[in-house]
Amino acid sequence: MADSQQNGAALVDFRTEPSQYKHWKLSIDGPVATLAMDVKEDGGLRPGYELKLNSYDLGVDIELHDAVQRLRFEHPEVRSVVITSGKERIFCAGANIRMLNQSAHGWKVNFCKFTNETRNGIEEATAESKQTYIAAVNGPCAGGGYELALAADYILMADDGNTSVSLPEVPLLAVLPGTGGLTRLVDKRMVRRDRADFFCTIEEGIKGKRAVDWRLVDEVVPRTKLAEEVRARAEAFAAKSDRPANAKGVALSKLARKIDGERISYSHVEARLDRAKGIAEITVHGPKAPPPTSADGIQAAGDGFWSLALARELDDLILHLRTNEDTIGMWVFRTNGDADLVAAYDAALEQHKAHWLVREIRLFLKRVLKRIDVSSRSIFALVEPGSCFTGTLLELVLAADRSYMLDGRFEGDNRPPASIRLTSMNFGPYPMANGLSRVASRNLDEPSRVDAIKTLIGNDLDAQAADEAGLVTFTPDDIDWEDEVRIAIEERAAFSPDALTGMEASLRFGGPETMETKIFGRLTAWQNWIFQRPNAVGEQGALKLYGTGQRAAYDRKRV
Amino acid sequence: MAIDYNSRIPNNVNLSDNRRLQRALEEWQPKFLDWWQDMGPAGFQAREAYLRTAVSVDAEGWAQFGYVKMPDYRWGIFLAEPEAERKVNFGDHKGEAAWQEVPGEYRGVLRRLIVTQGDTEPASVEQQRLLGQTCPSLYDLRNLFQVNVEEGRHLWAMVYLLDAYFGRDGREEAEALLQRRSGDDDKPRILGAFNEKTPDWLSFYMFTFFTDRDGKFQLASLAESGFDPLARSCRFMLTEEAHHMFVGETGVGRVIQRTCEVMRDFKTDDVRKHGVIDLPTLQKYLNFHFSVSIDLFGSEISTNAANYYTMGIKGRFDETRIGDDHKLTDAAYKVLEVDGDGFREKEEAALTALNERLRDDYVADCARGVMRWNQIIKRHGIDFELKLPHRAFHRQIGQFSELRVDPQGRIIGQAEWDARHHEWLPTDEDRLYVISLMKPVTEPGKFANWVAPPARGINNQPIDFEYVRA
Repeated sequence: MADSQQNGAALVDFRTEPSQYKHWKLSIDGPVATLAMDVKEDGGLRPGYELKLNSYDLGVDIELHDAVQRLRFEHPEVRSVVITSGKERIFCAGANIRMLNQSAHGWKVNFCKFTNETRNGIEEATAESKQTYIAAVNGPCAGGGYELALAADYILMADDGNTSVSLPEVPLLAVLPGTGGLTRLVDKRMVRRDRADFFCTIEEGIKGKRAVDWRLVDEVVPRTKLAEEVRARAEAFAAKSDRPANAKGVALSKLARKIDGERISYSHVEARLDRAKGIAEITVHGPKAPPPTSADGIQAAGDGFWSLALARELDDLILHLRTNEDTIGMWVFRTNGDADLVAAYDAALEQHKAHWLVREIRLFLKRVLKRIDVSSRSIFALVEPGSCFTGTLLELVLAADRSYMLDGRFEGDNRPPASIRLTSMNFGPYPMANGLSRVASRNLDEPSRVDAIKTLIGNDLDAQAADEAGLVTFTPDDIDWEDEVRIAIEERAAFSPDALTGMEASLRFGGPETMETKIFGRLTAWQNWIFQRPNAVGEQGALKLYGTGQRAAYDRKRV
Repeated sequence: MAIDYNSRIPNNVNLSDNRRLQRALEEWQPKFLDWWQDMGPAGFQAREAYLRTAVSVDAEGWAQFGYVKMPDYRWGIFLAEPEAERKVNFGDHKGEAAWQEVPGEYRGVLRRLIVTQGDTEPASVEQQRLLGQTCPSLYDLRNLFQVNVEEGRHLWAMVYLLDAYFGRDGREEAEALLQRRSGDDDKPRILGAFNEKTPDWLSFYMFTFFTDRDGKFQLASLAESGFDPLARSCRFMLTEEAHHMFVGETGVGRVIQRTCEVMRDFKTDDVRKHGVIDLPTLQKYLNFHFSVSIDLFGSEISTNAANYYTMGIKGRFDETRIGDDHKLTDAAYKVLEVDGDGFREKEEAALTALNERLRDDYVADCARGVMRWNQIIKRHGIDFELKLPHRAFHRQIGQFSELRVDPQGRIIGQAEWDARHHEWLPTDEDRLYVISLMKPVTEPGKFANWVAPPARGINNQPIDFEYVRA
């Protein structure tokens, strides 16, 4: 299969909205929303496979991602969300196997990354946005289907002698339940490891009482009582939410994005692709005007509020580049604008953080930054005069694998020398997957240094001060700048993309392990290895032969 | 509790020496009897029926006739005689010795197949449980009970396999077979057709002709299994299944016979006023039962079917008589598919097309029965022919399920379907009419007006024999 635009496949567009959904039905009844999966068999994103039995591909998950996002922003009144199936006899059969089978390795990996992020987002919506997700399993629920249910806070299952949950990847396909399934079993649901071992090796899964006894689901209910019980549970969760009942949501209008050859532009974000070098030069523009002074003003600004618009545009750009531009191996971030204005927006985000919308914007920015953390691209940040790496935008420097800050000015440029500025947003609201802020993550050797750095909040730090505070990597002056930056980028481009991906992913997350780091680190790495192994994808591999009726022949050597 | 297994449960599986099986059946048997009391033929548990019981698999023993109260029926466990040196005859394991124990690798798959087959057996008993109250004759009543007790025995056959070969999970599945209920929203039977009602005797005859014939083809392909106990169980079940289809074919035939007599005697097509079922209504029932039954074969292109074959677990009909490599890795098979406004045959990988191949065998078998029915009509000098509808007509499963197709195989729109489906499928009015005829006739030798007597009785007994007695 063609992976990206250059290979001739149609561009994957992540921008959608409920009236465009092919596979999901979103309905809202008071404080409870229902997301019913009803996948259109011939609605696959690419030709060559049918999405039978509510199996999904990237297109299905793009809609889910959009729905989860809109529920947070457009529906402050929604306090619990039921994920269920719109089909009679199946909940969800998981990722479509023929799709996986015909996909190139990179596509599979990118697909799994996005689905993982969406499921993490669902868990975050429950924990932070106070929209509790409930899975109403109303038919067989296999593989990725169960992994979707696992993302919910509470799982109800029909007790009809037929509905079961299962993770049949190992026995059936010789791959892993790689969308967090293995990790969530033992880390989230705390299923005993020996039971999890058994469960993950039986194709048919576990149903009824045993599923409850083993903590695989929370409750089983007779089929005819399921809807009633789900509603009761959803209302009980809703009652515990702090979301406002009478607030008006913020409509997320379709992002205006222009793709013009090598230029991709939004209102605050633009990217220029250098295909020969494999580089995307991404520039983020700071706000042009001060923020509204009240939470009501922010609400009135809606999706035009700079922080929210920035989050949406950056999110879309990252997803676009990841999916449609896989030969662009390096992202170079720059900013441009007024540091005071950026600081003012951060101050608004801090001052009104108790407001539901501001909370959502902060969480969204957190997720976008996390998306950067797990992107398999080399990321550099260049801090130059005229830039505005302040607070929220400074996180781009901290997220980068390496940053270069100009010491002084460029010859003939009369703008003030580059500076960076910390705000309170750098000390908590944007934790990485490891649970630590990016500042804390770079001071693992001396955690108390974070407090010292905190005292610098509000100061414009020049290259020397930034270097001393450990916030940038190198600070060349204008004589060295061109060569040093050019050489660093050219050298980077020459290395093996695989080695770089592995190296970067390993270095970015120092510090403690969390469920998320295990999913993105351990589970994903194992899965991506297995996805390359002949036992799965060789001519005689189980994934390759799936659907042909022919039997896989395994290489019995343990590695 | 000491049970004299060999007399209580006739068997040829050494039950009295098999502790594991004894333990499982001690638990299961009382639950089966409870189920039979609850869900078996309503109102007739205390009556004595003239039934055949299998006490062994040889020619003498497999059909012993006598009066018995159904709850006392001796449901036995029989496997067809072993075939010496039997091999796995198809798939990846072709040529290896047939398995006498479940291969660990295929445990889940085999269990699921056995459970799915096993689930249909009690389901049909449940579907038919009220029919006795409207029987057209004692002869028919006895046939109904014979079918019911043998479906019960087929359940036993599958439970034997679950109990004997699948450990604790097998025992749990055996119990679940008694917990699901036909048509129950909370615990439905696994397959759709087995949750439909069998509301009248015409439906019963049609069911035994069409739906039990699906059973014949499923059993026949499982009888080819490399798992020898399953193969031998199914082979013996097939001998009993033949009687069920006999009940269906002769039942519908007798209805046709009676209708034709009335048409001939009164020289009219308008036969309802004479209390018999008109041929166009029979055609509609045929359309319904045929279309529901061919759904049971599953999707035209099926990975599961392909896997079962490659694993050596479920073969083709008459597998060993087919002259090919019995591996099918490179073979193709023609499958009817939608093509624009019509249908055309397209070559598909033979392995994934196995469901369709079995459906083809089934359709051909049905067509032979329909031909025999048409001979009855012809013998009465009536110009009417019953026809099997096109296989894309009225489907719920597979590639045709999204289409609207008339019985001749013309793809039509929803509007035409809505306007005309009453011409092709029984309407409420048709069903009410048929049900209005269902008045019990229980005097020996007498038959309801809408159905002709059979050509001969059961086990050489006369037609007016008291097949069911107080």
